[in-house]
Amino acid sequence: MWELIRANKRNSIVLMVLMAGTLLLLGYFLGIAFAGPQAGYIGLIIATVIWLVLAMTSFMGGDQILLAASKAKRVTHDEYPQLFNIVEEMKIASGLPMPRIYIIPDPAPNAFATGRSPQSASVAVTAGLLGRLNRDELQGVIAHEISHILHRDILYVTLAGIMLGSIVLISQVFLRSMFYSSMGSRRRYSSGGKGGGQGAIIMLVVAIVAAILAPIMAQLLYFALSRRREYLADAGAARLTRYPEGLASALEKIAGDTSPQLAAVNKVTAPMYIVNPFKKAKARKLSDLTSTHPPISERIKILRSMSSGASFKDYSDSYSRITHHKTIVPAAELTAEAVALRQAGAEAKKQQRRGTQMRQVGDIMRQINHFVFLTCLCGLKLKIPPNYKADKIKCPRCKRVLDLPKSG
Amino acid sequence: MTALIIVAAILVMLVFSVIGVYNVLVRLRNQVNNAWSQIDVQLKRRHDLIPNLVETAKGYMQHERGTFEAITDARSRAMGAGTIPEASKAEGALGEALSKFMLVVENYPDLKANQNFLALQEELSSTENRISFARQSYNDQVLFFNNKIQMFPSNIVANMFNFSKRDFFELENAAEREAPKVSFN
Repeated sequence: MWELIRANKRNSIVLMVLMAGTLLLLGYFLGIAFAGPQAGYIGLIIATVIWLVLAMTSFMGGDQILLAASKAKRVTHDEYPQLFNIVEEMKIASGLPMPRIYIIPDPAPNAFATGRSPQSASVAVTAGLLGRLNRDELQGVIAHEISHILHRDILYVTLAGIMLGSIVLISQVFLRSMFYSSMGSRRRYSSGGKGGGQGAIIMLVVAIVAAILAPIMAQLLYFALSRRREYLADAGAARLTRYPEGLASALEKIAGDTSPQLAAVNKVTAPMYIVNPFKKAKARKLSDLTSTHPPISERIKILRSMSSGASFKDYSDSYSRITHHKTIVPAAELTAEAVALRQAGAEAKKQQRRGTQMRQVGDIMRQINHFVFLTCLCGLKLKIPPNYKADKIKCPRCKRVLDLPKSG
Repeated sequence: MTALIIVAAILVMLVFSVIGVYNVLVRLRNQVNNAWSQIDVQLKRRHDLIPNLVETAKGYMQHERGTFEAITDARSRAMGAGTIPEASKAEGALGEALSKFMLVVENYPDLKANQNFLALQEELSSTENRISFARQSYNDQVLFFNNKIQMFPSNIVANMFNFSKRDFFELENAAEREAPKVSFN
């Protein structure tokens, strides 16, 4: 666990440095393009100031901004006792302090976690999620979010999201001002380029290219790391609940959902959610590189094929089996600790039991009504009504023709 | 002279690594203690819930005096348990009594429709989950701690400062281990 957290912190720093580099370079080129070769440093300073202001706000209250942007409302134990209890259960399993709980009034099922540190973390779920999932499934989703907190993904997502936001902001402002000023007077950027006209044009082209490429680069970096973190949070959820089926069936329900797309969501906040909040029609066109989340069907398959246990090693084995990639779990976490799987919770078991009970009751009713029972070689149990007169019957599953025993 | 410096350097390194291992052991032991106190908190929560549950259910289930008595007895025995193995056994028995009670409840549809009882039922099942997650986290911590104490080279430091192995917390529940059998003939 500690190795994973350390690796995540290291990755976060690398990503922050790369993004900061992109941001500063962008500022430098834009400064030159706006006001001549001497002004590169001014651009650099402006970019740094914008980044510092945004980073400060995100560090002090980024989670609050994100929650407000998603229209989330804080809830207490009395309003949603079950949700509150489930979060508390996962808090105990993970040994973290209790996060704040928010509900997003939206019918699309989704969830995210945010915050600066485990001490100031928040978990938000949509009303649609609460309505559709049973207790075990909700537990799986909450465990996934708690794992994001445990792995220190939340600070990274908040900081990287804000950084990406500022890069996008600066490029957009530049490109738009270029567009409008080229339509109107050209005074703005020709004033600095009086001395060497050609040099200024080259710089201008470089700046435009940088302004277009920088946001794309930053997004690719952001998305690449966030996909990996989704897998790891799934592994963490399996380990916390010891019941991968809960999360798997929750993901299945969320994927099969047909309600409209989550309303308050944008490119920057998308990677925070448990599944990509942008609907499939759009996501399918994008290539693997630009998607923020691993394919949901793959995540389900990996969770379902964890048959031997619920440790990180079991998840990693299952991951390699399904994707044919090498492991995504840091080597130090692959110790052979034995983590046994757990049975389904009382509610799911009750549902299962009710299913078999219904079938048994049905069989008893048929027996009373003189049905003939016949087990085919393929294992299917045929229930033949007494008014069936022919002496041969075809099995509906394997199409084998069976002889009926003569009754009486 | 150089030999002396080398010996001194080795000694200093040894002392520092002993300090390092010692600190790790203390941290792990504190984590074990903290995890244990978590279990304690949840067990207490379970004990506090039971009188409410019995009080709510009594009005509906007048003919189930035996079930109530079993729960109350198991509760008082669990609250009086001293050592970890004793507590494991008593809490296991209490869990068994509670799950039997929940089965009996299935026969009383009026009780199952009572809002107050439904809320208590959610609290109870969450408490049962909390106990098992707290136990899971405690047993994980005990495993780390025991491994550290027994493995070389940290076992040397552990022996020097008398760190001793901890017991796992297993709830004894015979009913859970036996799979129910259904027969039709």
